[in-house]
Amino acid sequence: MLALGWGNIYSAVYDEDHPVILDMTQKYGKQLLWIGGAILIAFIILIIDAEFHPTFAWIIYGVSMASLILVRFLGREVAGSKSWFRFGDFGVQPAEFAKFAVCLALAKYLSDINIKMSDMKTRLRAFGIILLPTLLIFLEKETGCAIILLILILVLFREGLPGYLLLLSLGMAFLFFVAVVFPPLKLVYFCSSLALLIFFLAKKKLRNFIFIGMGLVLATGIIFGAKPAFEHFPEHQKKRINVFLGIETDKKDKAWNENESIIAIGSGGFAGKGYLQGTQTKYDFVPAAETDFIFCTVGEEWGFLGGTFIVGLFAFLIIRIILLAERQRSAFSRIYGYGVASIFLFHVLVNIGMTIRLVPVIGIPLPFFSYGGSSLWAFTILLFIFIKLDSQRLMILR
Amino acid sequence: MNPFNERKYIFIGLVLLIALTYTVRLFYVQVIDDRYKLDARNQAFRYVTDYPPRGFVYDRNGKLLVFNQIAYDLMVTPKQAKNIDTALFCKLLGITKDSYIRKMQIAKSFPNSPIKASIFEKQMTAETYAALQEKIYKFKGFFVQTRTIRKYPDRIGAHLLGYIGEVDKDITEKNPYYHDGDYIGVNGIEKTYEEYLRGKKGTRIVMVDVHNATKGSFQNGKYDTASVPGQYLTTGLDEEIQAMGEELMINKRGGIVAIDPTTGEIICAISSPTYDPNLLVGRERSHNYGLLFSDTVGVPLYNRALMGYYPPGSTFKLINGLIGQQEHVLFPETRYPCARGYPVMGGKPGCHPHASPLDLQQAVTQSCNSYFCFTFRSIIDQKKFSTTEEGYKVWRNYVLSFGIGRKINSDLPHELKGMVPTPEYYDKYFGHGQWKSSTIVSLSIGQGELLITPLQMANIMCIMANRGYYYVPHILRSVGEKKQIVHDWSEKNFTLIEKKYFDIMVDGMEQVVQAGTGRIAKYDDTTHICGKTGTAQNPHGENHSVFVAFAPKDHPKIAIAVVVENAGYGAEVAAPIASLLIEKYLTKKISRPALKQKMLEKDIIHGAYKIRKERRD
Repeated sequence: MLALGWGNIYSAVYDEDHPVILDMTQKYGKQLLWIGGAILIAFIILIIDAEFHPTFAWIIYGVSMASLILVRFLGREVAGSKSWFRFGDFGVQPAEFAKFAVCLALAKYLSDINIKMSDMKTRLRAFGIILLPTLLIFLEKETGCAIILLILILVLFREGLPGYLLLLSLGMAFLFFVAVVFPPLKLVYFCSSLALLIFFLAKKKLRNFIFIGMGLVLATGIIFGAKPAFEHFPEHQKKRINVFLGIETDKKDKAWNENESIIAIGSGGFAGKGYLQGTQTKYDFVPAAETDFIFCTVGEEWGFLGGTFIVGLFAFLIIRIILLAERQRSAFSRIYGYGVASIFLFHVLVNIGMTIRLVPVIGIPLPFFSYGGSSLWAFTILLFIFIKLDSQRLMILR
Repeated sequence: MNPFNERKYIFIGLVLLIALTYTVRLFYVQVIDDRYKLDARNQAFRYVTDYPPRGFVYDRNGKLLVFNQIAYDLMVTPKQAKNIDTALFCKLLGITKDSYIRKMQIAKSFPNSPIKASIFEKQMTAETYAALQEKIYKFKGFFVQTRTIRKYPDRIGAHLLGYIGEVDKDITEKNPYYHDGDYIGVNGIEKTYEEYLRGKKGTRIVMVDVHNATKGSFQNGKYDTASVPGQYLTTGLDEEIQAMGEELMINKRGGIVAIDPTTGEIICAISSPTYDPNLLVGRERSHNYGLLFSDTVGVPLYNRALMGYYPPGSTFKLINGLIGQQEHVLFPETRYPCARGYPVMGGKPGCHPHASPLDLQQAVTQSCNSYFCFTFRSIIDQKKFSTTEEGYKVWRNYVLSFGIGRKINSDLPHELKGMVPTPEYYDKYFGHGQWKSSTIVSLSIGQGELLITPLQMANIMCIMANRGYYYVPHILRSVGEKKQIVHDWSEKNFTLIEKKYFDIMVDGMEQVVQAGTGRIAKYDDTTHICGKTGTAQNPHGENHSVFVAFAPKDHPKIAIAVVVENAGYGAEVAAPIASLLIEKYLTKKISRPALKQKMLEKDIIHGAYKIRKERRD
């Protein structure tokens, strides 16, 4: 009950808060419709028995994957990517719904009694569950969405994936970016010294030595391969990253988003300019102000107080989910819960981060805030499945 | 439970870390760093440029020559101009709907931009401004910027003072002080002393609300920069002389330049036909400029005082006389015959009737052509020169030292250097070694290829007045209240002629006015005016009337050159005008009103047509 309680309150708070831009009455109205639908969905999910989910997890996953493949052929092309089904005036994005589908599948797979994370086969299979949709979405050219699912590695981590692997992959990713900017040789020296350091600190086993050696080789490969690989990135992504790293300062084109967004937020000052008074967003200075850059409206209209409040709100939500996940009796629920938390975390991290220039521009929405029916419903489903699972945890005797 | 449940702390820790980082970043961006608040694209502010009043210009007696009046520019930021009642707006402004659309389009496109303010309507009339200002709150995105434009109380000195106009891309690219829509001096004093006159622009940051109404200054003007008003200029000009000279030159073409020989200050600089400088001010400027420009007969925009090319005519004899003496081939008692013309070349050039032979001073007084032809030949053909070319080069050097054939670097723009041909010039025309002194003998009497401007003529008079040197002619006396001297004009520029040779020429000039061809210039018995008439031959029509003079003979105060195109003999028009101006300058009044009236009524421009027509019939 309590779980339901806070779940509802949060939903209510989120759903009503929406970018209010006067000449957007059309979108404003539409979003209200979506919200209505979301509330309906929430109810439905709460009604459906919790057992439904683990049972049908694989099927849901399968449907989702199929829809991802299908959209390649049947989908409407929007801005260079074929990722939408259109039904008349409304659009549905399968990629959004894949999020909870993968969570369910992953939860189902890992909750099986015979599965252990320490098993290499397990690891690979789990990774495969994540990787399949990622690749499918990537093929749709929705790189931003594709990357989202990779965050679910964190879930694997919670379930026993060794930490160093996580750190290693993070390190590699980081290295990639760094290698684009800095000269390769210096980096090689740096990594070699780091490797030596680790070697001295770790147990002097041959196995470790091999690992570190392999790691170094991999690192070198990345260092040298980064720059040329980077050149092959699609143009707009290159630009975004370049601008983010500060190599380019293109005040006109691609950096428009970033510059305008941070100006909008910065201009909010301590307490913001007031509701509906956001001049930057209001006058269309911030592109995509109602979708990916919705946080700018908050920052500009509600200032520092508002911005921090939202950050805090999300932080609170995510931590709450984690704590609840820990309380679960069933592994399925727990794993699923972590999945939900991770996905929310990633979205919030990247979306807000890109508006304040801590993260390069990656087009993903802010949960419950950004305009968009698919994303709203997908997040609603994602969250409420968990709420339902949690509400019935006491009834699970596994 | 699950063996890895401690890992939850890592998760939670991660979440908290990210939240904290973002909070800090937000704090920095929103509270600490002012940068984004002040970004020029932040439409909560408007950057108002404060244009300082431009400096005035005064004459030597403190009379005002140029001052300012206020103009109102209507500015627009297209992005903010939404929901405009265009019908009402156009009615208030007095423009059509089409015009409105067009202007908006211009304001939105390069080099303007929809998010920046740019000029919508330049220099509204005061009435339009008043009517609009009442209702301007209804029109979001529009605001008024005040500017100063020029006004001329006496409508004189158009060429001298110059005018101001908008900067073009050339200027904005080279000099970052100027932005699109700024004004800059285009000609005359406005141009030369632009930096003193313009002052320094200031910026005010003004807060506006979403309705674009001003709410006050940002942080009490902490980030504002104050504007600095332009400094006023005091010139050496004498407004009365300038005015009278312009008046006397009505219906005549030509130029007058008068200089104070003791300082080099320009007393007046007149070009005729002239125009009312108020024409090139404000909204009507482009239109009026077009009208003036298309007057191909009078060419009023052409500054004849500085740029008018005329043959010096007989006035040039003075220089030849000096050169001859310096070269020791000519002496005060040297006599040459004249048979109503230069006898050596069969009577060409011709000469008017007078006694013969004459000595040097008499030759000056009577303006005998033949005498100076002989003089010229004697200079060029000296035995010490192996070739004509060598002699000519030496002669030319002397001439150049008088400030002709080159620029004398006054502080007025568009000065031309005149023409004193080089030996190479004659080589090209006649062939190397194919020309002698007799070929170019017309130079002796100031004809031929010689070309000189009225400014240079007046400068020569300064040289004569000072017996051998000149100060660079300049119009500026001082800048600002503190009477700052910004340039040192006090250097004496000497010619290559020694002082002692000047006396006899000056005596001759005195006699010109006392008893010679310039008798008409004399206005009383005590003032000794020294002058020289000139009749510049003009192959296209009537000769030009030229008169140069300085007065008084001892301790001269004014040197003047008057050129009136197509007006006949020097004594006919140029001399009386010069005399009237000299008298006014030295005595502050006119004693010969009848003469003044006659000069006023003399109409050469329309008269010239008559003459030409008669000749054809």
